[in-house]
Amino acid sequence: MLCWSCRQPASGHFCPSCGKIQPAQATDYFSFFSLPRKLNIDLPSLEREFYRLSRKLHPDLFARGSAQEQEWSTEKTSQLNDAYRTLKDPIARTGYLLELEGVKLEEQSRSATDAARQTGAEKKQVVPPDLLEEVFELNMQLEEMRMNKQVGEDDPNIVRDLQQAQQHFEQKLNELTTELQNDWNEWDALIPAGSTEPQDQQARIRVRDKMVDLLNRRSYIRNLVRDVNEALS
Amino acid sequence: MNNELIVGIDLGTTNSLVAYMQGETPVIIPGEDGSNLVPSVVALDNHGQFVVGNPARKILIEHPERAIYSVKRLMGRGIEDIQDELKLFPFRIAQDVEWGEVLRIKLGERELTPPEISAIILRQLKKNAERFFAAPVSKAVITVPAYFNDAQRQATKDAGRIAGLDVVRLVNEPTAASLAYGLDKKKDGIVAVYDLGGGTFDISILKLHEGIFEVMATNGDTHLGGDDIDNRLLAIAMDDIANDLKLDIRRSGEAVQALRKAIIETKIALSAKTEANIDVELPQGKRYQRTITRERFEQLAEPIIQRTVQPCKQALADAKLQPDQIDEVVLVGGSTRIPRVHTLVKELFQREPHTELNPDEVVALGAAVQAHILSGGSAVTQDMLLLDVTPLSLGIEALGGVVAKIIQRNSTIPASATEHFTTGVEGQTSVAIHVVQGERELASDCRSLARFDLKGIPPMPAGLPRIEVKFLIDANGILHVSAREQRSGKEAEIEVKPTYGLTDDQVEKMILDSFDYAEEDFQRRQVIEARNEAEIILTALEKGRRAPVWQRLSEDEKTQIAQREAELNGARKGNDYKQIRGAVDALNQATMNLAELMMDSAVSSALKGKNMDKTEMEGGPTQSHPIAPAEITND
Repeated sequence: MLCWSCRQPASGHFCPSCGKIQPAQATDYFSFFSLPRKLNIDLPSLEREFYRLSRKLHPDLFARGSAQEQEWSTEKTSQLNDAYRTLKDPIARTGYLLELEGVKLEEQSRSATDAARQTGAEKKQVVPPDLLEEVFELNMQLEEMRMNKQVGEDDPNIVRDLQQAQQHFEQKLNELTTELQNDWNEWDALIPAGSTEPQDQQARIRVRDKMVDLLNRRSYIRNLVRDVNEALS
Repeated sequence: MNNELIVGIDLGTTNSLVAYMQGETPVIIPGEDGSNLVPSVVALDNHGQFVVGNPARKILIEHPERAIYSVKRLMGRGIEDIQDELKLFPFRIAQDVEWGEVLRIKLGERELTPPEISAIILRQLKKNAERFFAAPVSKAVITVPAYFNDAQRQATKDAGRIAGLDVVRLVNEPTAASLAYGLDKKKDGIVAVYDLGGGTFDISILKLHEGIFEVMATNGDTHLGGDDIDNRLLAIAMDDIANDLKLDIRRSGEAVQALRKAIIETKIALSAKTEANIDVELPQGKRYQRTITRERFEQLAEPIIQRTVQPCKQALADAKLQPDQIDEVVLVGGSTRIPRVHTLVKELFQREPHTELNPDEVVALGAAVQAHILSGGSAVTQDMLLLDVTPLSLGIEALGGVVAKIIQRNSTIPASATEHFTTGVEGQTSVAIHVVQGERELASDCRSLARFDLKGIPPMPAGLPRIEVKFLIDANGILHVSAREQRSGKEAEIEVKPTYGLTDDQVEKMILDSFDYAEEDFQRRQVIEARNEAEIILTALEKGRRAPVWQRLSEDEKTQIAQREAELNGARKGNDYKQIRGAVDALNQATMNLAELMMDSAVSSALKGKNMDKTEMEGGPTQSHPIAPAEITND
């Protein structure tokens, strides 16, 4: 690529010869920060890098530049902000990596759940088999709670049951976080030094699918917790 | 490096200010009357000219139908979401405004949109700055409430364009305030800015780190402020008047405005005193007098002040912080002078809040700092960088009217999201996208921003086209949308229908109109001034006729003067200022000898020991007299 301004070879955000900002390129969030696709990320150094790049790319620094430079700066800063926002959050980071690995997680999202609810369709989520019994019981309690609310009755037993369920599922969420950490370690171990992606394709798919299952269970349980919180409020 | 002049403007609900960076300190630019605050009131005077600020406030009291205040409340809004507002504010909305249309407000015989009215205020601030610098000012940073949505921001930017200003950046008010405070205290930590103004409330939580001002969360209410307290007191006072004095003043605009003014003065007095009086003269020779204690006032204002609590809690939750993790709290906006607001903030954040900077001025000062940074900065601002957020989630309407969120609230801006769309019918060549902003789950409960029509999709079987749509929120918090059909690689054509805003064409037209009006205004002013000049010279001539020196003029001169006088009397009935001025000049010439004679006689009278004042009373010339020789030789 040649620099648009001085016509010298250029790569990266700025031309090494004349220092002008270069057009925004489509990029993934890991590469934007020059990181391998590893899931264990050192957050303080990610933040430092975010601040360092902000000080170079932010539109405020191009207020006196050409319209074209302003546009590139805005676009690059939006990539920087989107990348930082996604990578600093453990769940968003995992979800994003899985998307890069070709998995669509959208059906688990809250909006999809809401959409399904709104149209009266069944949630597309499949109940994790080991939770079937608990979820069945919980749904009955929730239903009872709603009926009570409608007629203005107050059943302390139901409230107590729901509070217990709330604690139980929050505990499960915590367990999943620990489990996720193990998957991260397993994934990161697949990426050899000097490489940005796993090389062992079989292991790659195995760990990926484990994380997909985990995120699905997690979002399922989160929705349950949300329903319980709503019923209790 | 040569920095460009960019001013900082706080376009407030109640008052507006303009500021700039003088060396290392931001300072407010005063208006012609020497005051820093320009009341955000626009009025049409008797000559059909717009007046802004204190002169407009006078018209507001005497002819409420010719003035408008608090127009910021209407920016970027539609007729259906201001129904509550209309019960409380004397806004006169044009009758033919339809759902989804930009509002038009009646002002005297004119009809103007909220951005046009704001533009009149901005033009006044621009004029004040130009007068101060004796140089043109064309670039500005304008502040907006952090919780302003896209439509409200766009409307503010449009107002700037109509006023002939290049709006280099829209900055959130609390963030601007933190910049003004951060200038002398370069300290790292977490800061909460509580901004309760005339019409809007914002809470922002920022992380300060080596000059980076990173907004972590923001929340607020764009229709909550001192105005609401005034309205509550006003309603109670009107009830009192109806009950005790048997007088219904609701229909009398003048009486309501007089009462409102008295109530605001009482409210302000109660911030310093524990008791204050309301005393207003009313129609039919009646009088409303009442003493209000601060305790009673706080009781009445409490429900309004309490409405700021939930947004504060939400902002803390969004920033994932506990109140005790906040290092500093800053108070902004005139309403934070109310002692109860001060104690509430202290309770909420468990900190004594900062009030070192004038809460009315701090936002404008911060805007000047940001303007300085954008113009290239200097040693003081070198390391300063603002990283702001979008206050509301951005979503698109999905099947069943639910919202699919694509950019979450409190995302650092610029921020973007990419979505893919396809067709549902074979051969379909366009797809409609409805973009909304807000936190509710149904699109109908969110703020509709715009409907985009993606056009020019190559006809293909249903579901085959793959249209990539990119949503980007820029550093001003304003949304930009672009689309591409991926199979053909063609840039898709987008037709935008902003829900409550002005289209680009409308803004262009208003810019042109404002030039037209500027020309028309100029003409009108010239005619008025020329008529005034005519008036002065004709009055002076009357006096001259009665003076003894008149008899020393030749008959020829007297005829000449009479002829020129008749010509001027004819010309001043018309609207051609050039003709009036010409006739004034001609009469000036014809009366040159008379003026000289009068001057001589005045001087000799003075020498004879006569009092000059007395001579003047007898018709002698004064310095400003148009028949004075100095005036004539000037030509």
